Amino acid sequence: MSHSKDAYYVPHGTKWPIVGSIGMLLLMVGASNWLNGNGNAKYMFYAGLLTLIFMMFGWFGLVIRESQQGMYNDQVGVSFRMGMVWFIFSEVMFFAVFFGTLFYTRMLVMPWLGGEGAGAATGEYLWSGFDAVWPNNGPANIGGDFDIIPAFDVPLLNTLILLTSGFTITMAHWALKKANQKGLVIWMALTVLLGCLFLYFQAEEYIHAYTELGLTMGSGIYGSTFFMLTGFHGFHVTLGTIMLFVIMIRSAKGHFSEENHFAFEGVAWYWHFVDVVWLGLFVFVYVL
Amino acid sequence: MPTTTHEDHHDHKPQGFLNRWVFSTNHKDIGTLYLVFALLMFFIGGSMAMIIRAELFMPGMQLVQPEFFNQMTTVHALVMVFGAVMPAFVGFANWMIPLMIGAPDMALPRMNNWSFWILPFAFSMLVSTLFMDGGAPAGGWTLYPPLVLQTGSSFIFAMFAIHMLGISSIMGAINVIATILNMRAPGMTLLRMPLFVWTWLITAFLLIAVMPVLAGAVTMLITDRFFLTSFFNAAGGGDPVLFQHIFWFFGHPEVYIMILPAFGIISEIIPTFARKPLFGYTSMVYASASIAFLSFIVWAHHMFTVGMPLGGEIYFMLATMMISIPTGVKVFNWISTMWRGSMTFETPMLFALGFVVLFTIGGFSGLMLAIVPADFQYHDTYFVVAHFHYVLVTGSVFALMAGTYYWLPKWTGHMYNERLGKWHFWLSVVFVNLLFFPQHYLGLAGMPRRIPDYSPQFADFNMLSSIGGFAFGLTQFMFVYIVWKCVRGGETATSRVWEGARGLEWTVASPAPFHTFETPPDIDDSMVAHGDHL
Ligand code: HEM
Ligand SMILES: [Cu+2]
Repeated sequence: MSHSKDAYYVPHGTKWPIVGSIGMLLLMVGASNWLNGNGNAKYMFYAGLLTLIFMMFGWFGLVIRESQQGMYNDQVGVSFRMGMVWFIFSEVMFFAVFFGTLFYTRMLVMPWLGGEGAGAATGEYLWSGFDAVWPNNGPANIGGDFDIIPAFDVPLLNTLILLTSGFTITMAHWALKKANQKGLVIWMALTVLLGCLFLYFQAEEYIHAYTELGLTMGSGIYGSTFFMLTGFHGFHVTLGTIMLFVIMIRSAKGHFSEENHFAFEGVAWYWHFVDVVWLGLFVFVYVL
Repeated sequence: MPTTTHEDHHDHKPQGFLNRWVFSTNHKDIGTLYLVFALLMFFIGGSMAMIIRAELFMPGMQLVQPEFFNQMTTVHALVMVFGAVMPAFVGFANWMIPLMIGAPDMALPRMNNWSFWILPFAFSMLVSTLFMDGGAPAGGWTLYPPLVLQTGSSFIFAMFAIHMLGISSIMGAINVIATILNMRAPGMTLLRMPLFVWTWLITAFLLIAVMPVLAGAVTMLITDRFFLTSFFNAAGGGDPVLFQHIFWFFGHPEVYIMILPAFGIISEIIPTFARKPLFGYTSMVYASASIAFLSFIVWAHHMFTVGMPLGGEIYFMLATMMISIPTGVKVFNWISTMWRGSMTFETPMLFALGFVVLFTIGGFSGLMLAIVPADFQYHDTYFVVAHFHYVLVTGSVFALMAGTYYWLPKWTGHMYNERLGKWHFWLSVVFVNLLFFPQHYLGLAGMPRRIPDYSPQFADFNMLSSIGGFAFGLTQFMFVYIVWKCVRGGETATSRVWEGARGLEWTVASPAPFHTFETPPDIDDSMVAHGDHL
C-alpha cells in the first residue's frame, strides 16, 4: 500500500451526518406509519426524503469544495476508492439474496411442491394435480393467470442499451484521461441518455405487464421474484442515472483532472455493476 | 522507551457539546460514544432479561402476560446483539485500530460519525415498539415467517429499525477495512498487525458480506406483508423455509462477527500478562480467516429439524464440526502462550482466562448441537440457550470486559481500582455459571425455550438460574461504578500501563491525546506487539 509522506487529511466535524440521521428517521417512521394505513404520514416520509437529499447536497458539496481546494492527498483518494468498492460489494450481496431466492424457488421449491422428494405425500394431499413448471404462481394460483414478458423483445433491447452505455462511459473516461473536456461531456451526456432510455422501456414494460399481461407483484412467486429483481435493479439504474447526470454537470464545470477524478470513477464502477446485474437478470429472469 | 511520540502535542478538542460529540470526526470520541451507547443498551437489554428470569423463577404464570414475555425474549435478543455486543466491538475498533496501526484516525471520519449516529435513532424506533398497539415484535429475534408477519403495527417499525442498523454496520465495516488496508504506518506490514486488528479486518469483511443478506430477508418480509408478494408463502409457490436459509446465511456469520473481535482482544491480553509473545501468531491469523470462511457454509445447522434432505443434514453436520479445528487451534495457542510464562492475574487477565475456559464450554455444547440426531432432541430447548449464552456472555461479553479493563488506563489516564475489578470478575464468573450452567440440564431434560411457563420438574434449576441471573445483573453495576471512578480519577497511568504490554498503542501518553500519529510513527520491532519474527 502506498503511503504518502504528507499528513492524511482528517476532516473537521460537520452537521451533515446528524442531518442524515434525522432525515432517515423521518423517512422510516413516516414510511412505517404510512404503510400502517395513516395517509398523513406520507408527508413525514417526504420530509425525510427531502432532508436526505438536502444532506447529500450539503455533504457532497463540502467534500467537492475541499477536494477543489486540494486538501486531499492520494491516500485520501485511496480511502474513497476502497469505500466505493466495498459499498458495491455490499450491493452485490444484496442482489445475491434475490438471485438466490430465484434459484432456490425454481430448483427446489417447485419440485417439492410438485410432490418430488421425501414430501411426496404432502404434495399429493395438499396440492394434488399441481403443475410445478416455471413460470408459476403457486398451487393456489395466487394473483390469477398471467403471461410473461418474452426475453428477445424489449429486454434484449434494454440489454443492448445498457451494454452500449458501458461503452460510452468508458469513452468518457478516455476523454477525461486525455483532458478532452468536450468529449467527456458529450460521452457522459450519451450515457445519461441511454440510462433514461433504459428506464423508459422498463417503465413501459411494467405498465404492459400490469395492464395487459396480468403480471403483478402479486402473481405468486414468479411475480414476486420478477418484480423484486427487476424493480431493485431499476431503482439502482435510477440512482445511477442521477449520479451520472451529476457527474456530467461536474465535468462541464471542469471539476475533474486527468489524475484527480474519484467521483467519476466511483460512479463509473457503480454503473458497470448495475450493468452486470442486468446481464444476470437478462439470463436468469428473462431467458431461462 | 520514550513515552510519547507527540510530547509537544496540544489537543484541539472542539468546543461545545454539539461540536465535540454530535459533529465529531475523532475516532476516540466516536469510540467513546459507541462504548457508552453499548453499555446503555446492555442495561436496557439486561432489564428485559431480568423480566424473563423473574417470570421463570417459579412454574406457573406470575408476572407478565405470555405475549409480553415473548416480546421480552425477542427484543432482549435484538437489543443485545445489535445494540450492545456489536456496537461495543465497533467502539473498541474505533478507539484501538488507529492507535494500533499508527494511523491519525479512521479512514473516513465523517462516515464514521454517521455510522454511530444512526444507532440511537434506530434503537429509539425499535424500543418504541414496546409501547405500540399489540406491543413489540414477539416472534423471536430470528423473525421467522409466517409468525412474524402476524405482528401488529410494530412490525414495520422493527423492520425499518433493522434496516437502519444494517446501514450503520455496513458503513462502519467499510471504514474499518479502509482504515486497516490504507492507513497503516510504514513498516506495519499485514503480518505484523496486532491480532485485534486482524480479527476486525476479517469481521468487517463478514459484516459487509452478510448485513445486506439480512436486509434482503427483511425486505422480502416487508413485501410479503404489504405488497402482495409470496416469497414465504407456499400457496403462491414460495417457501417459509427459504426465509430460514437466508436468515441463517446471515445469522451464522453474524455469531462470528460477535466472537472474532473477542478472539482478538483475548489474543492481545494473554501475551501481556504471560509476558511472552503470542504463540503461533501466523496460525492465529489463518485460523481466524478459516473460521470466517467456514462460517459461510454451515448455516443450516440451525435448521436440522426443519425437514431438510438427508444429504443436507449430513453435510451441514460435518461442515459445522470442521469449525472446531481452527477454534481449537486458537484455544491451544492461548494456552501455549501462557505455558511457562511469568503470569500475573490482573483483572483483564482474569476475564481473559474466564473467557478461555468458559468459551470453550460453549464451543463443546456447540459441537454437541452440531450432531444431527442429538440436535433433534436439543433443538429449541434451553440447551441451545445455554450454548449461546456461554459463547456470547462468557465469550463476547467477557472479552469486552477484559478489553475495557485492559485499555481503560490508556483511555482515561487513570488506573481503575484493581481490588474492585477482581471482585467484579469473581462475582461475575460465579453468578454467570449459576445463571447458565443449569440451563444445560433443563434443556437436556426437555424444557423448551421461549415459553413463559414450564412443568414443575424444571422448577429447581430454573430458580437457581434466576438467582444467578439477578445476581449477575446486579454485579454489573459494579462495572459501571469502577469505570466511572476510573474516568473521574485514580492513580495516574503510565503510558505503557502494563509491564508486559507491547504494541503501538502503548507508545502514546495515557490518556491518549486527542490526536495521535498525525505523522506516521517509525516502527521498529520493539514497538510491535506480534509478528512472525518475534
Ligand atoms: C464452536 C463452534 C460452534 C458450534 C459447533 C456451534 C453450533 C451451534 C448449533 C448447531 C446451533 C443450533 C442449535 C439449535 O438451534 O438446535 C447453535 C446455535 C447458536 N449458536 Fe452456536 N456454535 C458454535 C459457536 C458459536 C459462537 C462462537 C456463537 C456466538 C458468539 C454462537 C452463537 C449461537 C447462537 C446465538 C445460537 C442460537 C440462535 C438461535 O436459535 O436463536 N455459537 N450453535
Ligand atoms: Cu450457527
